[in-house]
Amino acid sequence: MRTVDIKGPLVVAKPLGTGTNGELRPSALIFLSLLWLSLLVAFGVLVTLLITIFIEGQNKLTMDLITNFPASTPDNAGARPAILGSIWVIITTAVLAIPIGIAAAVHLEEFADSRKWYNRLVELNVQNLAAVPSIVYGLLALAFLALLGVGDTNIVIGGAFALTLLILPVIIISTREALRGVPREIRDGSLALGATEWQTTWRQTLPAAVPGIATGSILALSRALGEAAPLLVLGALVYITFDPNGLLSGYTTLPIQIFNWTGRPQEGFHELAAATSVLLLVVLLLMNGLAIFIRNKFQKRW
Amino acid sequence: MSDLTTTTNSHEEPHPNFHPTEVRTLRDSPSGLIRCEDVNVFYGDFRAVTGVNLSFGAREITALIGPSGCGKSTLLRSLNRMNDLVIGAHVEGQVLFQDEDIYGKGVDPIEVRRRIGMVFQKPNPFPKSIYDNIAYGPRVTGMKVESMDDLVEESLTRAALWSEVKDKLKQSAFGLSGGQQQRLCIARTIAVKPDVILMDEPCSSLDPIATSRIEDLMHELRRDYTIIIVTHNMQQAARVADRTAFFTALPDETTGNRTGVLVEYGTTSQIFENPNDQRTEDYISGRFG
Repeated sequence: MRTVDIKGPLVVAKPLGTGTNGELRPSALIFLSLLWLSLLVAFGVLVTLLITIFIEGQNKLTMDLITNFPASTPDNAGARPAILGSIWVIITTAVLAIPIGIAAAVHLEEFADSRKWYNRLVELNVQNLAAVPSIVYGLLALAFLALLGVGDTNIVIGGAFALTLLILPVIIISTREALRGVPREIRDGSLALGATEWQTTWRQTLPAAVPGIATGSILALSRALGEAAPLLVLGALVYITFDPNGLLSGYTTLPIQIFNWTGRPQEGFHELAAATSVLLLVVLLLMNGLAIFIRNKFQKRW
Repeated sequence: MSDLTTTTNSHEEPHPNFHPTEVRTLRDSPSGLIRCEDVNVFYGDFRAVTGVNLSFGAREITALIGPSGCGKSTLLRSLNRMNDLVIGAHVEGQVLFQDEDIYGKGVDPIEVRRRIGMVFQKPNPFPKSIYDNIAYGPRVTGMKVESMDDLVEESLTRAALWSEVKDKLKQSAFGLSGGQQQRLCIARTIAVKPDVILMDEPCSSLDPIATSRIEDLMHELRRDYTIIIVTHNMQQAARVADRTAFFTALPDETTGNRTGVLVEYGTTSQIFENPNDQRTEDYISGRFG
């Protein structure tokens, strides 16, 4: 039996009060300042942008902006058709993209055998599609509509189709993320009671993932709301003097209207563009705020 | 056939909260409600359990004990086809429930899981109300229920939880303590009226008081249900089980990978007091594992 002497003298070699603070070493301070500087750049750019467009557009932030149609003179022009067009296109996009996106994500996450090569190929593709430039989706939608024999591609459903392609990968990825957040134990508990995998998905996994899915979908839709490029490829009209009234109606959207007005020589149109940008930013901020609210309020803690 | 009369805890002090009102009569050999015949469980190419022959008695508590990695949880999950859901898992040999192979052709795994319920290591209540946690199973399995309220009360009463939750049935199950959550999970399992309840280390995340309540509950449930429990806690096996099976991990003859094998199976008193195998004795006396 080995014995260990633990009765030796207790010696404190160095006092703990050294007079310095290790967290405040010069190298640490430099690193910290660099982090602050990066934050300041990002934040500063955003604030400058907001203030500039607000100052430029403040004269035009009136009810006329919302109620008037575009006109040849800036004084009585408004963005009414663009606002209605954006609403039409976004709602159509939501109706197309959200169910398809959730269904695809549920299949990939809950049912697909991840060892099969074709499922892996689909997964890899979805990841890559999320990074494809938006204008490419415009070209794809254009080609697809031409294949269907649609002559006039500047219709609400055409634009919604392009935007659906654009945000589908984002919705699929965020839905899968939300489904993955539901613990395995919940599925096991349900299955062990004699529920089928379908019942388990419908009654346990999907409801528990709804906050994450809603958050991801709203963020995806707010991205679609700000897109102009794919719609321009489809020939979106920039000068519209009627309210869009259906899926086959011509339309314009807020970003396209801003793009159009910015290109005009008159100063008044630039002010209109700034005012419309403020409007668009407010809507986007509200949507992102809603997404954050849903996430914080309804997210389950396991 | 001579009946062997035992009180469950004959070899040690009775559990302080356990006051047996009946003397258990244990048959010489288990009745074989569930029988494993040369069961091998694989995860892909890896053989986790090798050649298990085991017969479980109806209305008895059988404990599966052994060191980590000996395949006891894997075997348990193969008794109600929960392993089907693990990608790459498959079972060779036969698991007979009332003489019918649960892996046989035409057997519905959903029905197997309804008849052979399972309680898990970590309490896993659904993110619903206490009431809906109980009602979920009967609803999804399409059970014909005259009064769901009565079924919920009956299940909670049998799980010794009714008096604690009867005033907050509509509240979230997440508000319950860990021990209450685990009893809720047992109540939820009882609600679909299974024949067998599998328990995978049901007390491993609970404190000693909650553990003893679950153990009391198991003694109550033994009158109507067949219980098979995996436990890391040898005292627990000794306290609750009628029979005990000891598993260990041995290198596979062909691949050299460690695989789970059954070492010894007998009445709990025989396994703990008079083990036949040296490895059982070493494990019981705390020399390894």
